[in-house]
Amino acid sequence: MNYTVVVGLEVHVQLLTASKLFCACANKFNPDNPNVQTCPVCLGLPGSLPVMNRKAFELSLKTAMALDCGIARFTKWDRKQYYYPDLPKAYQISQYDLPYSHDGHLDVKTDDGEGVRRVGIIRVHLEEDAGKNMHDESGRGQDSQVDLNRCGTPLMEIVSEPDIRTPGEARRFLEEMKLLLTYIGVSDCNMQEGSLRCDANINLHIPTDDGGHVATPIVEVKNMNSIRNVELALEYETTRQFREFQETGVKLGDPGGNKVTRGWDANRNVSFEQRGKEEASDYRYFPDPDLVPVTVTEEQLDAIRGETCELPTPRRARFQSEFGLSEYDASVIIDQGPALADYFETVAQGSDGKQAANWVTQDVLREMNERKVDIDEFAIRPDVLSSILKRVTDAEITIKSGREVFAALLADADADIPISIKRIDRIIEERGLKAVSAAGELEGIIATVIERNAQAANDFRNGKQAAIGRLIGEVMRECKGADAKAVRAMLVDELSK
Amino acid sequence: MAIELTRDKVREVARLARLKLTDEEVETFTSQLGHVLEYVDILSEVNTDGVEPMAHAVEQFNVLRDDAVRESLPREAALANAPKTDGRYFQVPQILESS
Repeated sequence: MNYTVVVGLEVHVQLLTASKLFCACANKFNPDNPNVQTCPVCLGLPGSLPVMNRKAFELSLKTAMALDCGIARFTKWDRKQYYYPDLPKAYQISQYDLPYSHDGHLDVKTDDGEGVRRVGIIRVHLEEDAGKNMHDESGRGQDSQVDLNRCGTPLMEIVSEPDIRTPGEARRFLEEMKLLLTYIGVSDCNMQEGSLRCDANINLHIPTDDGGHVATPIVEVKNMNSIRNVELALEYETTRQFREFQETGVKLGDPGGNKVTRGWDANRNVSFEQRGKEEASDYRYFPDPDLVPVTVTEEQLDAIRGETCELPTPRRARFQSEFGLSEYDASVIIDQGPALADYFETVAQGSDGKQAANWVTQDVLREMNERKVDIDEFAIRPDVLSSILKRVTDAEITIKSGREVFAALLADADADIPISIKRIDRIIEERGLKAVSAAGELEGIIATVIERNAQAANDFRNGKQAAIGRLIGEVMRECKGADAKAVRAMLVDELSK
Repeated sequence: MAIELTRDKVREVARLARLKLTDEEVETFTSQLGHVLEYVDILSEVNTDGVEPMAHAVEQFNVLRDDAVRESLPREAALANAPKTDGRYFQVPQILESS
């Protein structure tokens, strides 16, 4: 059946500020020490007053601008009232009718890898996060525990248009969002620690005989704690909604066809209904009298523009045009985050772009994974790798020798020997890796080796191809910097005389 | 144009505020709140055509602070007013998230 999947995402992102949004308590993930980052403001004690964190607002502006949103010149904060133990004031300070930004977009690749889906961003707004409830899971109905360390920390809500058409696009939207937000340094986007959270709205448009379509009831899926789980949950919902529609025929808006909330159970890979006929929530928003509105000037926006680094999408394009990389290689490097891309650029600038891409995406990534280190901690710094590659492109050493130098440097690092460009010279010297380009020298060695191995030479002349291996091996031992292919060619020449 | 305040509306608002009202109180508040709303409704006599909605009562903007951390309350102080605590967490009756 050729139905259309319609998905919109709501992403919550914690900002990388030192202090909370409206008070000076630390904004720090600290689950082992509950309730040590609170004060009268975030505890909602009477008489306390919130004051907006300038940095939090600037990071929010930076985010909205990176998503190509329009920025409101006048914005205010509202109270969203609801009772929950993790929200001691019984209202959340959020933004209702005058959010600071609107109408942006984020581009993602379609499933075939060819096309681009432009996903609209309805708005980004700034609000405070709630604390954390921990429920008794023994089933004995014991008290829930509340930790208010997180209460009042700055949180951005990013709401997409329902433009996403497949679970795979949803995954790539989140991957691209995460990459963008870490690139511009507004969030660490750590999903395990809850710095990036995502809810998804999904339903199906099923074609009808008259050329139109019917819509299935919208489901909001929650509790997905990884990007992969968002994709799995949406795949599950797609199948479940279609099956349910075939069984019941219930459409959006029919009796029993209202929007429902389902939770994702990552252990069983199923979604389950969380709240049935939810009474329409009534948040009774009104402007928070404790906070005055904020205005934004063109100069402010220019300043933020000036300090925002190159974004992932233009950087991918530049890596292709400037360094001659394939789209795939450019993406592999960019998608690893800004630190690896910076590393690559330093290597590539001193050597050759394609060569640098090969080494960074294969050798460097492999060794990083093996050693479980970040690129910032990787022992071979980009200037050193660049120097190795330059020697390869200058034919001073062969690629094979380059790899040997690379491995030797890593072994040095593991033995706590400091690594430098000088160290490269030493290794080339010690191991005799200098490429033998002076043909005369190599010819001499080949002649000697043939003389020493008259039997093997004769065998080869008599048609025993394999015999040449022994000769090549011996030449290479004498002269490590030689290129094995060239040696083979010269031997064949010499033996055919 | 005043919307008539009904008993059901009062019950609904009380429920949202987690207030338990007796029938007698519902009666009293429906009448009292109704009078308050009627009084406030006098404002609707003013012609506000072409007037921007007000976002705040004071003409002040951009009150912001630097992103600096100050010491928080000690945990004992934070938990001091809690009806129930285990010395580390606030404790509340189980929140049901049916599954």
